[in-house]
Amino acid sequence: MQKILLLGAEAIAQGAIDGGMSGVYAYPGTPSTEITEYVQRDKLANELSIHSEWSSNEKTAMEAALGMSYAGKRAMVCMKHVGLNVAADAFVNSAITGVNGGLIVTVADDPSMHSSQNEQDSRFYGKFAMIPILEPSNQQEAYEMARKGFELSEKFKVPVLLRITTRLSHSRMGITRLDVIKQNENSLPGDPRQFVLLPSIARNRYKGLLNNQINFEIDSENSGFNNYTEGTNKKLGIIACGLALNYLNENYPNSDIPYPVLKIGQYPLPRKLVEKMFGECEEVLVLEEGAPVVEEMLKGYLQREKVKGRLDGTLPRDGELNPNLVASALGFEQDEAEKIPEIVSPRPPAMCVGCGHIDAYVALNEAVGTFGKGRVFADIGCYTLGALEPYNAINSCVDMGASITMAKGAADAGLIPAVAVIGDSTFTHSGMTGLLDAVAENSPITVLISDNFTTGMTGQQDSKALGKIEDICKGIGVAPDHIIVMNPTRKNHDDMVRVLKEEMAYKGVSVVIPRRQCVQTVKNKTLAAKLKELNLK
Amino acid sequence: MKIDIILAGVGGQGILTIAATIGTAALQNNLFLKQSEVHGMSQRGGDVQANLRISDKPIASDLIAKGKADVIIAVEPMESLRYLPFLSKDGWLVTNSTPFVNINNYPDKDKLIKKVKAVKNNIVIDADTMAKEIKAARSSNIVMLGAASSFLDLKYEDLEAAIRTIFERKGEKIVETNLKALKIGKEAAEKQI
Repeated sequence: MQKILLLGAEAIAQGAIDGGMSGVYAYPGTPSTEITEYVQRDKLANELSIHSEWSSNEKTAMEAALGMSYAGKRAMVCMKHVGLNVAADAFVNSAITGVNGGLIVTVADDPSMHSSQNEQDSRFYGKFAMIPILEPSNQQEAYEMARKGFELSEKFKVPVLLRITTRLSHSRMGITRLDVIKQNENSLPGDPRQFVLLPSIARNRYKGLLNNQINFEIDSENSGFNNYTEGTNKKLGIIACGLALNYLNENYPNSDIPYPVLKIGQYPLPRKLVEKMFGECEEVLVLEEGAPVVEEMLKGYLQREKVKGRLDGTLPRDGELNPNLVASALGFEQDEAEKIPEIVSPRPPAMCVGCGHIDAYVALNEAVGTFGKGRVFADIGCYTLGALEPYNAINSCVDMGASITMAKGAADAGLIPAVAVIGDSTFTHSGMTGLLDAVAENSPITVLISDNFTTGMTGQQDSKALGKIEDICKGIGVAPDHIIVMNPTRKNHDDMVRVLKEEMAYKGVSVVIPRRQCVQTVKNKTLAAKLKELNLK
Repeated sequence: MKIDIILAGVGGQGILTIAATIGTAALQNNLFLKQSEVHGMSQRGGDVQANLRISDKPIASDLIAKGKADVIIAVEPMESLRYLPFLSKDGWLVTNSTPFVNINNYPDKDKLIKKVKAVKNNIVIDADTMAKEIKAARSSNIVMLGAASSFLDLKYEDLEAAIRTIFERKGEKIVETNLKALKIGKEAAEKQI
C-alpha cells in the first residue's frame, strides 16, 4: 500500500479510524488538536459516521467517550496534558468502572512548554489510575498503537492511556496503513452494575483492578511494543522510552549500539526485561521524554541502583530531549556549535494585526489605571499574549477558567474592583461555574468575555459559546443591565473606557463582552453562515 | 542519499508549503522522510522552523542535531541566522532578503545582510520583489524553494511535479504561477553559485 505522509497526531486519528472507532471526543489543545481535526475532515470517517464534534471541555469529552464505551462501541478521547487535569475525575474513575467498548485516552504532553503552562508527564496519571500506557517511538507506531489500543482495552476491560509528546505529534512521516476493522455493534455491559460506583461496588471493582496489575505486566512483557536488543558491552544498559529511542539511534547511524537496549512502548514496565538488564549491566541509563518517571522507579527512594538519567544530571531535569543531549549522555564528544549571532532578536508570538483583543486591552488598561494596577486576572487563549509588551495588561494566567474565580477570591480579600478577562470558548469550557460562584455572593468583579466567535489560539476551531453568551450570563443570574456588548474598535475607544469604568465601579457582578470576529476566520464560510443566521458580527 | 534541511521564517509566511512540496517530491521517489513542524502559540507571528529530513534509509530522529543541517532555507533574513548553530560547516544558507518586521527591536537590515553574507556558503535573493514582478506576491516562498533547489539532492522535475500535486486543487493558473516562481528562484540562485 502507498505510504501517506501524516503528522503523529494524524497517524493516531487514522489508526483509530482503522481500528473500528465509533467516536472521538476532545477539546482543542496543542499538541493534541490535529487528531480530532483529522477525523472531522476524513472521508472514510464521515462515511462511517464516526462522531467527531468538539466537546465543551476535556471532562465532558472524557465522560462522553466513557458513555460510548458503555454502549459497547470503541471511543477515543484526546486532550493536551493539562486537559487531563480537567478530565481527571472521570479519567481515574473510568479505571474503576472499566470499559465495555474499547476506550483510548490519548494525551499529548508538551515538554519544554512550547504552548503550555507546565510540562507535567501524563505517565504519572496512567500509573496513578493503574491502567496500561502506550507510548509510541515514531508516527508509524503511533498509528499501530491507536489501532491496536482498542483491542488491549477490550482484552482487560480498562481504558488505555496513549501518551505522546509534541515532537511526535507535530512531525510527519510516511505511514503504512493496515486494514480497516469494523466498528462494534451496540451492547450493554455484561454486568449491569459495572458502572455504578457505589462504595460497595467500587471496592469490588477496585480489587479487580488491583488483581489485574500482574496481567498488565505480563502483557507488557510479551508486547511487541517492548523489546530487548542484546549488546556486547555490558558496562551500560539503556532503557529508551517512546520517542527517546530515536535520539539514541540517531547517535549510531550504522545501527551499531554496543550496549543492551530495552525499548519501552507499553507500561507497566516489563519487569522481567528490566531485571535482565539490571542483572547483566553495570549501570543503566534511562532516556525518557518528560519527567524521570521510569528513572525514579528504578532508582528507588534510597537510590541504591546505579541508574543515570535526569536525576543525577546526566541529562537535564527539565525540557525535551534532542540528539545532542542524548549524545552527551552517551559520552560522545561534540564539536562546539556555532552560537546564534547577537544581531538576532527574539520574536515572541503576538496578537494579530487587527485583533479585537488588542482594542479591548487598550481600553481596559486606561480604565484600570483609574483604580490602580495589579487587578486583572486573565485566562488561557490568544489574549494571554496581553501579558507581553506593549500591553502589560494582565496579572495572571493559570488554568482554564481561573480568571473569574481568582478575581472573585481577590475581591473577597478586598482587591476591589477585580477584573477577569476570558475568551468565549474558555468561558464555556470552565468559566460558567465560576461566574455562578460570583453571582451567588454578588462579588464586585467585572468580567470581560472577549468574544471572537472561535477557539483562536489552537487554530480557530468551533466555539461552543457562539451566540449563547448573553443568555448564559442571564441564566446564571447576572443582572441584564450589567451585561454589555461592545464593538472593540479604535473608534469606540472612549465609549469602552467609560463603560468599563462604570462597570468596575459597580458593586456587583458585571459582564462586558467586547465582540469582534477573529481576523484568522474571515475566510471561514461555515462560520460566516452561522454568524449570519445568529445575526452576529 | 541523506539530506537535512531547516526551514525558517515567521508564523504565517508559508514555510510549511515549502516543506510539503519537498516532502511530496521525496515520497514520490520512495524516499524516507521526517518533518518536524511548529504548531500552536508561535504560529501567531513568532519565529517558526521546520526540520525536514530525507534519506534513502530509515530516519531515526525527528530533530536535526546541531551542526548537521545541509541547508537552511529561510523566507526571512533574521530568521535565517537564528538556526546557524544547526548548519554544518559546508552547509548552505539560502535566504530571502526582505525583512518581516513585527517587533520593535528589529536589527538594521544592512548589518543583517552583512552577517548573512559572512556565512561561508550563502545565497541571498530578494524573493518578495521577484514574486511581485511575476504578479505572484504570495509565492515568494516558492521562489525561495527554487533558490534552494540545487542543494536538495532532488531532481528539479520532481519538485515541479510536487508543485503540481500540492497546488492542483487551486487550479491550473496557480500551478503555473508557482512553477514560474520556482524557476525564477532557481535562476537567481544559479547566478550566485
